[in-house]
Amino acid sequence: MIQFSQICKRYPGGYEALKNVSFEIAEGEMIFLTGHSGAGKSTLLKLIAAIERPNSGSIVVKGQNVSSIKGGALPYLRRNLGLIFQDHKILFDRSVFDNVMLPLRICGFDHRESAKRVRAALDKVGLLKREKNNPIALSGGEQQRLCIARAIVNRPSILLADEPTGNLDKDYASDIMGIFKSFHQVGVTLLISSHDESILRQFKGRVLALKNGELCP
Amino acid sequence: MKNWLISHTHVLLFTLRRFLTTPLSSLLNILVIGIALSLPAGMYLMLKSVQSLAEQAVGTPQISIFLSMDASNDEVTHIGKQLKQHASINQVKFVPRDQALEQLKQTTGLADVIGGLAQNPLPDAYVIYPKISDAQALEALRDEFKKWPKIEYVQLDSAWARKLEAMLKFGLLAVLILAVLLSFALIAITFNTIRLQILTQREEIEVSKLIGATNTFIRRPFLYFGFLQGLLGGATAWFIITISLRLLNNNLSELTHLYASSFTLHLPSIGDSSILLLLSAYLGWLGAWLSVAQHLWQIEPR
Repeated sequence: MIQFSQICKRYPGGYEALKNVSFEIAEGEMIFLTGHSGAGKSTLLKLIAAIERPNSGSIVVKGQNVSSIKGGALPYLRRNLGLIFQDHKILFDRSVFDNVMLPLRICGFDHRESAKRVRAALDKVGLLKREKNNPIALSGGEQQRLCIARAIVNRPSILLADEPTGNLDKDYASDIMGIFKSFHQVGVTLLISSHDESILRQFKGRVLALKNGELCP
Repeated sequence: MKNWLISHTHVLLFTLRRFLTTPLSSLLNILVIGIALSLPAGMYLMLKSVQSLAEQAVGTPQISIFLSMDASNDEVTHIGKQLKQHASINQVKFVPRDQALEQLKQTTGLADVIGGLAQNPLPDAYVIYPKISDAQALEALRDEFKKWPKIEYVQLDSAWARKLEAMLKFGLLAVLILAVLLSFALIAITFNTIRLQILTQREEIEVSKLIGATNTFIRRPFLYFGFLQGLLGGATAWFIITISLRLLNNNLSELTHLYASSFTLHLPSIGDSSILLLLSAYLGWLGAWLSVAQHLWQIEPR
């Protein structure tokens, strides 16, 4: 499903975020990406969504070579991915409902069908009663769940989550991990990054550990 | 197809809502565009009205021949006969001096002044309509009549119209230059409005790009906005022009009545109006397109 071969990523200024990283993720796997902050977790996730481009090596996602993808094909790649961002990237000028609606509007879905899907996604993360609220009224954990609802409303086959439990206390964090587990059970491929290993211990799944931009064996 | 229509309607409604969220600045923008367009468009219409007047005069050239005051009745009829026999003259109209005075009394409102005169100061006159309309031939004809005895003065009535026409052409060129300059202003106004909008919606654009929005999708609301702003600006210009010309016509009718003329300024025709609206909408769209092309690539998600 996702294949990295000998990926190197150097940022302008010479900082090497990833050094010769190779791994493979099969369909339906749930993978945890760990490492200290600055180890290159976010960079790795950004490379999959072609938000950043590698300096060398190749990345193949669902049979498509992402490292050399053209600008015009980029949006269609991203529609297959559910992205959960470290900084949420929620829009505060519209309601919770409209935030989750955005991906469907972008894909040009039928309006009535979209509304159903949005409510289903909100229901899944337990925010259905807050659909008319402005996201500013949501707590940190709820904002995180809103971000998840927006990522899954498109029913992507791959879900990438960057520090989804970052600033949350333990109960909220295991709540969120529970939601991810339910996606895993219906066959979604998940790649979840976290620096908090205590959370990861609660769940079974392969772990990719990054250290200073290199993959630990 | 249906989804496509729905999404476009959605964008249109969204754009209208965006106008309403900042009513004052939207209104001012539209007003500025309207005023900028109404200047050249209004001047163009006024010049066209005068031009059609000039064309009428040029189309039927006429020569007025004023006879000497001391010409006898026989001499007057002799000249009349000669004129009627002239090869290049179509029609001859005799205006006796008494009739001319009567006409002057009636049409100019100077009856009191004229009534006070001891004798009729006007000469007998012939108004002739030549077969030719070529300017040089007409001048030759005028010079020929000038040499006849007992003819005091020959006036080529279409000469002033020709001069006017040349001046109008010059005026139209000036209006065209003004129109081009103000079109650039319109593009600049839209460019800047859209630039500000893109900056304030940076976050939304960034997120949309991250979750798979195509550039077309992101561009669309801005293009709609530019188009609509231009269209509304054009409509404003149309109202400004129509109202101004009506006001001018009201005052003009009093003025032209004094000169026994029925000259009015033409209001914009359906053709003029649609060209105005289409052009302003297109210029708005163009400004938006340039702005989006300039600024959108700068927003790449990181």
